[in-house]
Amino acid sequence: MRPVFYNFPMVSIVLSLVCAVISSVLRGRAARTLSLFLCTAVAVLSACTLGYTVSCGEELTYVMGRFPAPWGNEIRFGIVEPLIALSFSIVLLLCIVGGKKQLQRDIDTGKANLYYVMIDLVQAALLTLSYTNDIFTAFVFVEICTISSSGLLMIRGLGRTTLASIRYLVFSLVGSGLFLIGCVLIYGVTGHLLMPFIKEQIAVLWATGQYRLPLLMIVGLITMGLAIKSGMWPFHFWMPDTYSYTTPASSGILSGLISKIYILLLLRFVFCVFGTEVFYATGIAAVLFVCGLAGMLFGSLRAIRENHIMRMLAFSSAAQIGYIYMGIGLSPALGVAAAVLHILCHAVTKPPLFLAAAELTDAAGGSARFADLQGAAYRAPMSAAVFLIGSLSMVGIPLLFGFITKFRFAAAAITGGGWMMLPALVMLAVSTVLNTMYLLRTVLRIYSTRLEPEEHGPAREAGEPPMAPEPVPHLHSGACFAGATGVFCALNVAFGVWSQPLWDLLVRGLQLL
Amino acid sequence: MLELLRSNYIECFAMFLYAVGLFTLILDKNLVKKIIGMDIMDSAVYLLLGSMGYIRGGKAPILTEGVETYVSPLPTGLVLTGIVVSVSVSALMMALAIRLYGKYHTLDIDEIYLLARRGEGENV
Repeated sequence: MRPVFYNFPMVSIVLSLVCAVISSVLRGRAARTLSLFLCTAVAVLSACTLGYTVSCGEELTYVMGRFPAPWGNEIRFGIVEPLIALSFSIVLLLCIVGGKKQLQRDIDTGKANLYYVMIDLVQAALLTLSYTNDIFTAFVFVEICTISSSGLLMIRGLGRTTLASIRYLVFSLVGSGLFLIGCVLIYGVTGHLLMPFIKEQIAVLWATGQYRLPLLMIVGLITMGLAIKSGMWPFHFWMPDTYSYTTPASSGILSGLISKIYILLLLRFVFCVFGTEVFYATGIAAVLFVCGLAGMLFGSLRAIRENHIMRMLAFSSAAQIGYIYMGIGLSPALGVAAAVLHILCHAVTKPPLFLAAAELTDAAGGSARFADLQGAAYRAPMSAAVFLIGSLSMVGIPLLFGFITKFRFAAAAITGGGWMMLPALVMLAVSTVLNTMYLLRTVLRIYSTRLEPEEHGPAREAGEPPMAPEPVPHLHSGACFAGATGVFCALNVAFGVWSQPLWDLLVRGLQLL
Repeated sequence: MLELLRSNYIECFAMFLYAVGLFTLILDKNLVKKIIGMDIMDSAVYLLLGSMGYIRGGKAPILTEGVETYVSPLPTGLVLTGIVVSVSVSALMMALAIRLYGKYHTLDIDEIYLLARRGEGENV
């Protein structure tokens, strides 16, 4: 007799899908309440599952419909999967709570429930992609995730958001096309769809040297497909448009959760389908490492050149994804653990930055240009404080979460890096300096009251006295924003001060995979 | 080489179709043609997947008297699932294309970019 916790992952997936269906016939407010309830329920269920798997210390497999192993569909969970489900559902909850004001403004009242349908579907996709043990189910939910995330984008009916979502959709579809053909080739070579059987077959094929070329193709196609979908350099150019013009809750969800779940799916493939030995022997890890380093450099450089706060944050996301791929390329044990830790760090740091940037933009009269953001901190002090904490964490100031992950990356590079040690350390240092340049420049800009002449020069007659910032009424950010970003910042500080248990959990969880 | 092509003609044709679809999806400027490219790309994958389960002379996988060889039912099921997915994605793409056409009165993606940059959104 299995304990009741054993059913919780499946229950949470089904619950999300059911809520999505119910939301489609509800009114906006009711759908919102249902989504909030769903995220809370999923968080509680995942926390129970996590507690159970930590205490029993083994991986569990849940068989659907009583079809035995080679034929049926399964979900599998150890420690990492419920941990991801728990943290992602909390972040999803905080995003839709914190972005409430802009959501009300950006969505037509008649369509509000559709947004929450998409949120519920995203929740289902995030859960399934972290739990599933079947590669075809993974493909189906990758597509569900793509469709619902482009729904989150296009909900704001501007021309630019529609354009951004079609661009996002095209790149996502190229990525899922490559992923699908990789899955089909896996099925053709091994004859299985369930991960443990594929792993066995691939290990045998690799040891005997059969099908060497198809295996390389498979690893390459799947890695490339997921890399395009997650926005690894050089495939990051869909990001700025995607994140900049939509409602901030969606930007937070897309950059913090959806682009990261593809990386987690890739890790699942590395550990449970290809096997780490095969994956790291193919040399594709080195490609990921190099692309990660390039992303850290070029993402930050583009962010420095940007003049639009949202686009700057989008390019900074590209740089952060570079960190994650660098960690995956470094080593299968510590490097990957640091990468997963960085995924969690980014999930609690980026969404509040987007939310705060949107509030600051409102305080600057609706303009996201840096010139107009001057002194916005005094009109929206709360958002500015959130932005400050988020920026400091991104830069890697001690006592904040960002410092811990950078430290772990450096430690992984030193202990198991080989030839990668030096480039990784150098690039960590360079990237930190670049992060400081664009993030703290923004912080200084929003806190400064002095006008810089070269930016206001052409618009104003010479000799006219310098204008004070336009008298925009002091904005109250609202209790929802304050509460959500407060929790984000508290998490950031909490993990910055006390991260050892989380790290131990991750290392233990990755050994189980 | 020629022998290899002859014995794997379905796979070769599927790869050719896939390349046609992929490049149309990425490179074509017309939004509707992009959607068609995506459909061609997906069909190529389904052709490959369907051919994997096909056995020459095999019958439909329903137990019948006197039938020895059956076609493997799993790839067929996967193709069905995949078709459902690609239909919904094309529907979504078409909805977006209609919305953009209603706004900018053109289907050329480059032109839409120019119009969007010139019009609203620069200071959004």
